[in-house]
Amino acid sequence: MSFDVRLRINDKVATIELTGELDASTAREFHDTVGQAAGAGAVELVIRAERLGYLSSAGLRSLVFARQKMGDEVRIAIVGASEPVARTIRLAGFDHSIDLVDA
Amino acid sequence: MSTQDIRERIDAFPTHRIGPYRVRAGRPFPYGATPVPGGVNFSVYSDGADTMSLVLFERGATQPSAELEFPPEFRTGSVYAMTVFGLDAENLEYGFRADGPFDPERGDRFDAGKVLSDPYARLISGRAVWGREPDWDNVYHYRAQVLNDDFDWGGDRPLRIPAEDLVIYETHVRGFTRHPSSKVSAPGTYAGMREKIPYLQELGVNCLELLPVFEFDELDNPRTDPVTGERLYNYWGYNTVSFFAPKAGYAATGPFGMQADEFKSLVKELHKAGIEVILDVVFNHTAEGNEQGPTISFRGLDNATYYMLTPRGEYYNFSGTGNTVNCNHPVVRDFVLSCLRHWVAEYHIDGFRFDLAAILDRAPDGTPLPNPPLLEQLAHDPILRHTKLIAEAWDAAGLYQVGNFPNYGRWSEWNGKYRDTVRRFVKGEPGLVGELATRMAGSPDLYQGRTSSASVNFITAHDGFSLADLVSYNDKHNEANGENNNDGANDNNSWNCGEEGPSASSHIRRLRVRQMKNLLTILLTSQGIPMILAGDEVGRTQLGNNNTYCQDNELSWFDWGLVEAHAELLRFVTLLIAFRHAHPVLRSSDHPTGTDRVGSGYPDVSWHGVRAWAPDWADHGRVLAMMRCGRHAKGGSVDDDHVYVAVNAHWEAHDLELPALPHGQRWHLFADTGAAVHPPGAEPELQHPGRYHLGPHSAVVLVGRAAHQTSA
Repeated sequence: MSFDVRLRINDKVATIELTGELDASTAREFHDTVGQAAGAGAVELVIRAERLGYLSSAGLRSLVFARQKMGDEVRIAIVGASEPVARTIRLAGFDHSIDLVDA
Repeated sequence: MSTQDIRERIDAFPTHRIGPYRVRAGRPFPYGATPVPGGVNFSVYSDGADTMSLVLFERGATQPSAELEFPPEFRTGSVYAMTVFGLDAENLEYGFRADGPFDPERGDRFDAGKVLSDPYARLISGRAVWGREPDWDNVYHYRAQVLNDDFDWGGDRPLRIPAEDLVIYETHVRGFTRHPSSKVSAPGTYAGMREKIPYLQELGVNCLELLPVFEFDELDNPRTDPVTGERLYNYWGYNTVSFFAPKAGYAATGPFGMQADEFKSLVKELHKAGIEVILDVVFNHTAEGNEQGPTISFRGLDNATYYMLTPRGEYYNFSGTGNTVNCNHPVVRDFVLSCLRHWVAEYHIDGFRFDLAAILDRAPDGTPLPNPPLLEQLAHDPILRHTKLIAEAWDAAGLYQVGNFPNYGRWSEWNGKYRDTVRRFVKGEPGLVGELATRMAGSPDLYQGRTSSASVNFITAHDGFSLADLVSYNDKHNEANGENNNDGANDNNSWNCGEEGPSASSHIRRLRVRQMKNLLTILLTSQGIPMILAGDEVGRTQLGNNNTYCQDNELSWFDWGLVEAHAELLRFVTLLIAFRHAHPVLRSSDHPTGTDRVGSGYPDVSWHGVRAWAPDWADHGRVLAMMRCGRHAKGGSVDDDHVYVAVNAHWEAHDLELPALPHGQRWHLFADTGAAVHPPGAEPELQHPGRYHLGPHSAVVLVGRAAHQTSA
């Protein structure tokens, strides 16, 4: 599945929809999108991950990047992550800075 | 004020080209691989190499994708440094190839056929899943990777709990939750341990001491179980491969290269729970072994610098494992210091316990130094300033320094004499009343002029019998280790209470539980820092094996079923720890003097026997009682109750005469190891104010304070 990232901003809530695999080769595109969301002054970032098939270590690092790029005041939620993806996020301890939300 | 985009900096541009790679002369410091704008800076030391190359792999590839020889102008002194631009750090594994003389008599063992792991690697791949057989034909096993420093620590920092207030709990990352009964989501990992923090909080310990977590190879043990034929492991991990990298096989996310994050999350959550983290570190030797061992890193980079060598170039073996790290060589000192700073600054580690630390004060020729520069440096280092430093103050070649380890007012010691005295007294050996008193008072004979937290008191540790085995076995039973029961210590000072191993006798079983409680009662009412071995609070057995370094199975793992099966013992230990926390008089940092320094009418510590104020120091004595006057707590700065602890190691009961308390105060029963234990603060008053009937092989703890409503 090819990677696709889409950004919508409504009322200062940024929604990034991910499709495909987030890994080293696609992380840059995701980072740029997070940068756009931060630049637009979003107060909340929702990452829709229902169609995210795979998250590599580079992909996980991207979530750290998102947290640091957006700043501590911005809530970040990952919605609809598959169980393997959610489990990896939890085990690495990232669920303390990023909310995991069922779809 | 405007800020400058870092990508615009002039030093972020290459000056040279090696093949398709754009490079420039790197920065010699820090050593290792460091992300810099646009690239990665690599720096490595070798005094004797003729040439040095950086070897690059794509992640997981068996063959290198490139080798970049350091141009001569990239070498400063004996340090090779190069910045390589445009690397995909996420998918990169790197090593070094050093070419130079192979002349063992002169100490040189260069081998250009080997790809060498970076001694400063902060992340290692290649052993990401515990126990999984690697491709042994791979040219590069312990593969250095670049680590990003992007962990979100929030407001975390080391806790700085006063040393005298610590209750240390020694455990093993894998063993703590590997047993299926742990019911954690990722058994045997940092993440699994994180899920057990509530248990630790309930138990009341405030410091976790972890057996080695630096990257090691659990598969480097060639032995097999002689009965089952199953592989034996290097389970404990005292054989470091890479000193700056957390063990990937202890991380559920190791296959993702996320072990650093997972471990940091554990530390952060432990800190939130008020629990410090001390790492057991092994700087006395490395996994490269002797002349027959593998060349992993140090041997191939600069054998003569990193190892202590005989005049003929052979390895000194003060560690008992084949080689000895040359800790007081200036380059190696720098290595050890950088490593510890790394763990404190990057991982917020609260302290270190140094395995076979006596080796750290040996000169390059093995002679013990009176003023070893490494130890002095660690004691005064600005980054380590508030870090706990604990020495295992002996080595495998007979240097025994308990009480005289060079300490610079900073170092604590595992007090092996405490362990031996308490074990021998409680099993009933004569002639130990006086020495037990000294040990309970913080061993002032050993640590005069130092605080009482110089003494880390312990009865059991990973090395030796577990507490349950200490009272169930006279002899070690190490057959499963594959060395005909020749390994492990023989002088265990243990007593099986009448039958070797598991017993159907209810008398023996009750006696064993009482003996465990007696030992723990002494431990947790002694001055100094108490250390508990994980599982002892629930009576964990190793079936008499006192050296389970190789046993990755139920012999070593914490069986969480014991939490229910031995709930009564667990409750006793939990309340005992709570009692210690509740009574600062047990945790003064100054040694007691036996005099009244605050005008309370009582000495800070007083000793008693069957009769009050009349301790029986004679050889046949087997009863000792200690009273601590609460007015002296923490040097008289806080007010506490009187605490009276009596231990009867005799096989007969004794009627103890209790010392009189100040007017209006009464003795209350906190715990009798043969009867009841009560929550601190809710102890019932004794029916008879001046006497206590203490059963055989029992201990009692009383607390003296204003009269209470209920009575025992």
